[in-house]
Amino acid sequence: MADASPDPSGRTIRRHRVSTRLWHWVNAGVLVIMLMSGLMIFNAHPRLYWGSYGANSDPAWLEIGATGAEGYLRVGGAEFDTTGVLGVSTRDGRLWAIAFPGWATIPSAYDLALARRWHLSFAWLFAGGLAAYAVASLVNGHLWRDLRPKGRELAPGHLWGEVKAHARLDLAKGEAARRYNTLQKLAYLAVLVVLLPGMVLSGLAMSPSMDATAPLIVDLFGGRQTARSVHFIAAWLIVAFVVVHLVMVLLAGPLNGVRSMVTGRYRLPEARR
Amino acid sequence: MSRVSRRALLRGAALAAPGLLLGGCDALGASPSFRDMVLGSGEWLSYRVHRLIGSDALAREFAPSEISPTFRTNGNTRPASPEWQRHAETGFADWRLEVGGLVEAPQRLGLAELKAMPARTQITRHDCVEGWSAIGQWTGVPLGAVLAAARLKPSARYIVLHCADDFDGMAYYESIDLVDAFHPQTILAYGMNGGELPLGHGAPLRLRVERQLGYKHAKFVMRIEAVALLGAVRGGRGGFWEDTVGYDWYAGI
Repeated sequence: MADASPDPSGRTIRRHRVSTRLWHWVNAGVLVIMLMSGLMIFNAHPRLYWGSYGANSDPAWLEIGATGAEGYLRVGGAEFDTTGVLGVSTRDGRLWAIAFPGWATIPSAYDLALARRWHLSFAWLFAGGLAAYAVASLVNGHLWRDLRPKGRELAPGHLWGEVKAHARLDLAKGEAARRYNTLQKLAYLAVLVVLLPGMVLSGLAMSPSMDATAPLIVDLFGGRQTARSVHFIAAWLIVAFVVVHLVMVLLAGPLNGVRSMVTGRYRLPEARR
Repeated sequence: MSRVSRRALLRGAALAAPGLLLGGCDALGASPSFRDMVLGSGEWLSYRVHRLIGSDALAREFAPSEISPTFRTNGNTRPASPEWQRHAETGFADWRLEVGGLVEAPQRLGLAELKAMPARTQITRHDCVEGWSAIGQWTGVPLGAVLAAARLKPSARYIVLHCADDFDGMAYYESIDLVDAFHPQTILAYGMNGGELPLGHGAPLRLRVERQLGYKHAKFVMRIEAVALLGAVRGGRGGFWEDTVGYDWYAGI
């Protein structure tokens, strides 16, 4: 940062490496396909359990279903009426008893075989992309230099200050916008190091063949049905991350943000005068 | 282009994208070549990688205390075939398992003969393609021992299991490769949870192929056939569900 001038606002910097940009956009497509085909697979047995086994006569901690024309979501002891969205929904002008509605699934009409083909083919692209990006980020220093919170950044006072700034929608300007803020680093790390690898591992733990070859993976979760539940929960945590991510992109300046992820070039937002 | 129209364009694209994506995915999924070549790549890769990294690996075996309180039945629970019904009424006393196809010594084995062969008992987890799992104890004769008695010809590559049950007149059948056929945990089970194999679970004999999903575990097995290729067998895709709804033939994932 030898070239940093006192007020670099409005300057354009190179922000994202080609590996980051490529992986970002491949993932954007792959994750949508994985989520929507995954919801269709869930539709085949819309109940979740803890432990190694779990079937219709075993207690489910989450269930989506229908009684007549009324859809419901049961979580633990609570029941919610979800008619129209979960359990019962309309497609092509007709009522369907299906856990997740057609507009949220691939394919849109019930087809477990085809949903599995989408999911288990694109899973290779998802896992391969993640592995390639992780290796590239270790080699080129991205993980260590850009994503690792520095010592003082993890101090409670600093973190609290960032939380307050975010709550005021007071986003980084000028020189400070060169780097990710700590909350941003923690969010990216949680997704990159915990959630995405967790999706791959909990997915592998559901494979009877992989459970024979690498029993450590299913043991890590404490059973195949627990792995299936974790897979479901982690999927929604990724959805939550994407929603917050998109809101932050909109707040921080969508055109500048999208351009930086396409071309790599990012214009530092002007500091308030 | 003015700012407003660019914004309207972006907004229109954002609103149209989900519909295009969904319609596009439905159209791609309906195309046979995309379905088999692009969306078949997962099965192709998984099968080869699984065979490469763990073809001899054993499935987890559980303790008796871990057995599911209720092991639900699935698929057909009582074949309509008059032949099977007659056998069921007489306790399968005259029933014979036929072993044929590409073998040197075709076999006809009754239940007593199968039970006199080396037996294996295992407590394993059954995973349905739909997502549920149940743990049960199975007793039977290793399929490898039956095939050894029949002596496979060198050209044999797959083992086809023909079943007594059907869906709308289409007979159930399944097939596995020789790696799974000779795997020590692949058994023809005649006992379950310490008793005889219940009718609903596939009496008199069902396949247990522990590293694959439930639909591969053919019930009501009547005949075993060794073949060189699956293309000439019934629908050509290696199994009833593979032929009718397009489930993957390799169900290890």
